Amino acid sequence: MSAPGLMLQSTANSRWLHPGAWWLWALGLGAAATRTTDPLILGLIVAVATLVVSARRPQAQWAGAFGVFVRVAAIVVVIRVFFAAIFGVRVGTTELFALPTVALPSWMAGVTLGGPFTAEMLVIALIQGAQLATLLICVGAANSLASPVRLLKALPSGLYHVGVACIVALSLAPRIMINVRRVMHARRMRGRPTRGLRAAAESAVPVLESSLDDAINLAAAMDTRGYGRSTATVPGERTLQAVLILGGLVGIALGLFGLLGATGWGWVILALGLALAVSGIGLAGRRVPRTRYRPDPWGWQESLTAVSGIGAAVVVSATAAGGLTVPLTWPALAPLALVSVLAAAAPAALTPSPPEPWGST
Amino acid sequence: MITFEGVSFTHQGASSPVLRNIDITIPEGDLTLVIGRTGTGKSTFLNLINGLVPHFTGGTMHGRLAVDGLDTRTHPPRDLAGIVGTVGQNPRAGFTTDTVEDELAYTMESLGYSPDVMRRRVEETLDLLGLTNLRQRSLDTLSGGEQQRVAIGAALTAGPRVLVLDEPTSALDPAAAEEVLAAVARLVHDLAITVVMAEHRLERVIEFADHVVRLDGDLELEDPATAMAGNGLQPPVVRLGHALGWEPVPLSVRAARRLAPELRAAPFHPSPRRPGGDVVATVRRAGVTYGRRAALSDIGITLRTGQVTALMGRNGAGKSTLISLLGGSRRPDRGTVRLGDVDPAALRGPDLLQRIAYVPQDPTDLFYTDTVQRECAEADTDTSMPEGSAWSRLCELVDTVDPRTHPRDLSAGQQLALALAIQLSASTDVVLLDEPTRGLDYPGKVAFGTWLDRLAEAGSSVLVATHDVELVAVIADRVIVLADGEVVTDTDARTALTSSPSFAPQVQKVLAPLPVLTVEEACSL
Repeated sequence: MSAPGLMLQSTANSRWLHPGAWWLWALGLGAAATRTTDPLILGLIVAVATLVVSARRPQAQWAGAFGVFVRVAAIVVVIRVFFAAIFGVRVGTTELFALPTVALPSWMAGVTLGGPFTAEMLVIALIQGAQLATLLICVGAANSLASPVRLLKALPSGLYHVGVACIVALSLAPRIMINVRRVMHARRMRGRPTRGLRAAAESAVPVLESSLDDAINLAAAMDTRGYGRSTATVPGERTLQAVLILGGLVGIALGLFGLLGATGWGWVILALGLALAVSGIGLAGRRVPRTRYRPDPWGWQESLTAVSGIGAAVVVSATAAGGLTVPLTWPALAPLALVSVLAAAAPAALTPSPPEPWGST
Repeated sequence: MITFEGVSFTHQGASSPVLRNIDITIPEGDLTLVIGRTGTGKSTFLNLINGLVPHFTGGTMHGRLAVDGLDTRTHPPRDLAGIVGTVGQNPRAGFTTDTVEDELAYTMESLGYSPDVMRRRVEETLDLLGLTNLRQRSLDTLSGGEQQRVAIGAALTAGPRVLVLDEPTSALDPAAAEEVLAAVARLVHDLAITVVMAEHRLERVIEFADHVVRLDGDLELEDPATAMAGNGLQPPVVRLGHALGWEPVPLSVRAARRLAPELRAAPFHPSPRRPGGDVVATVRRAGVTYGRRAALSDIGITLRTGQVTALMGRNGAGKSTLISLLGGSRRPDRGTVRLGDVDPAALRGPDLLQRIAYVPQDPTDLFYTDTVQRECAEADTDTSMPEGSAWSRLCELVDTVDPRTHPRDLSAGQQLALALAIQLSASTDVVLLDEPTRGLDYPGKVAFGTWLDRLAEAGSSVLVATHDVELVAVIADRVIVLADGEVVTDTDARTALTSSPSFAPQVQKVLAPLPVLTVEEACSL
């Protein structure tokens, strides 16, 4: 009987970290990025995210998301600089080059188009672009580290059906790509061009047909496996539940709007909206008789991961110096903020490694 | 256990019912086999039991069908989920999670089983189907046979009384198919689960069956031997028994072997198969890598004119990759592929069509238009051949096709014929077929075999990837076996099929050590 021993060993060394922990960690780092304009801290956040992803990314198709997000982040920076050159507010004195100015009608007085582009403008655009890019990279890290299927499993029962719809969408996307490849292959063998508009139009029908077949097969399989079974409900309960969730969402939106406006009642409405939504989802959850098989546990590694991310957000926000001003000055060294971001690298070493797709033998 | 009372079913928009007046009671704990030619409604019959027909598919059902006392008219599939487990042809298409354990637990989660019951059932099922070593594996990394066993396990964990299997082995290589069928047989024997199964390749399952329902016959529960007697769908061992007048007709290789000792002592002079003519295609030291995995490593093969070559091997051994190399759909990462003296990857348009005919696993991938007629006309434009050539080729292959039919509405055999008709030209060098026989019944395979025979006689080189050893025994001149991206066997069909137990056809198993492959050869002894 060596099998149980082997199994225990493998589960002790590698397991899935709760996906919620990864998301809290990543969103904390992302929040920190939006609160600072210090290029050193931004760079460090990217480095920390990259380090953790390279250490704890599992071997799975969805784990490739990080690379995609990094590429998108780079594009974001380029676009930000491009727009700054055309629409940016003309500040600074170190002119790099000048674009022709376009005269705008008087009713667009606040907008400038073209004009001199300065080094100051370039730096500001780069830093602002980097903030958004860093946030994107953090989200990409969460996408690569936390299995989407496991995240959806951890959702409350009330969101179960929405969650399954998301899983199906996630699993069908790669299958559509496989169908595209197959149909293009067949096209070539019929002696037709595989590039160009006509090829895309003509192969759309077989691709969509086979993807639809896939979706219908999956739906049938899920139906025979009890998906969508619900317990009997009192009439009126469904309406109440819909009203609660919708009302809650409106409340959350209004509350966030209020917070942005910096009026005092924003928090109240936000809290009220959240309460409504949570009770609506809770009520919906009562109708779903679903249980969970071996839910991911929340251990000290999860707490550590979440705290390290949120900690970075709190410390960086608290120590953040003001915005970007001209003339530009190198921000004062913020040792506390740097240390808090560095601490967010701890999950790279202290969390369990994800299980191997080919098993632990 | 399952009671059909005057059940008829008509598909939506169809004028006549596909199943008519079924009155059957399927007893508990037995394995019932549903057989019939392609298009006789096997899947419909099975899906009536799990409620997908008519709740999911639509259509009109008459009569009453009760499973374990539950009327399927008032119980949709999700309410029957705890009583009927369903496994389809392609397990990957029905997976909803990403690891083995989660997949096994899915149905129980939907039905709200308590966590400790789930845990226990998953462990039991892992043991029952021999999946313990795979428990944490990602479903994408499993072989076809393993995936199918996981699908069966996932259907079992909720503790159903009935298991419905729709051609569970049709996509599997011989060894994986045996592994799955052994698991099913064990469920019937040990757990007394009622199994209703449809299967084209009767040679694999008939010996396990307690009853047979012939959908193009009397629609009654019959004893397997009786059902096989008056039936056009006979596996080789039954055909052999009939041809030689054995009584009772054997259903298994073992039974047949007991009846055949004199036959095995007879002298046998095998007629050689076609040796092939000139070399038309060569693959030299070709390697293909997907990510970190080598799909093909240093493959070297040659294809000759006037010969049918069967390409065999486990799922994922590299068969499809080799075919795509020969078709020029991808270039090898290392090594060369030549068709005569050209690189097939450089061929385009009519040049390509003139030299290579390719039929994919799903022939409908090749079809673009909405009628057979227009498909043929487009093919003539593509190949720059006179109008009507594709249509006349199609008529040579199959007797009656309405030119206004939608290509997707054709039967599996007709689709295959249409795919060949639009791909062939007057001078096709190489015909490549990637697992073409999945949906074909025995008569369909016989017709398919004669098409390939004609192509080879006309001088083409035919390469057909398949798992079907019985088909290979009849049609192939030469067999190439791939394993793990390498060629492990490349020899004439008789040597290849007599030297390995997993690739031996039924007749060969009965008559070993004589190198007899087909019923016709056995009758000439």
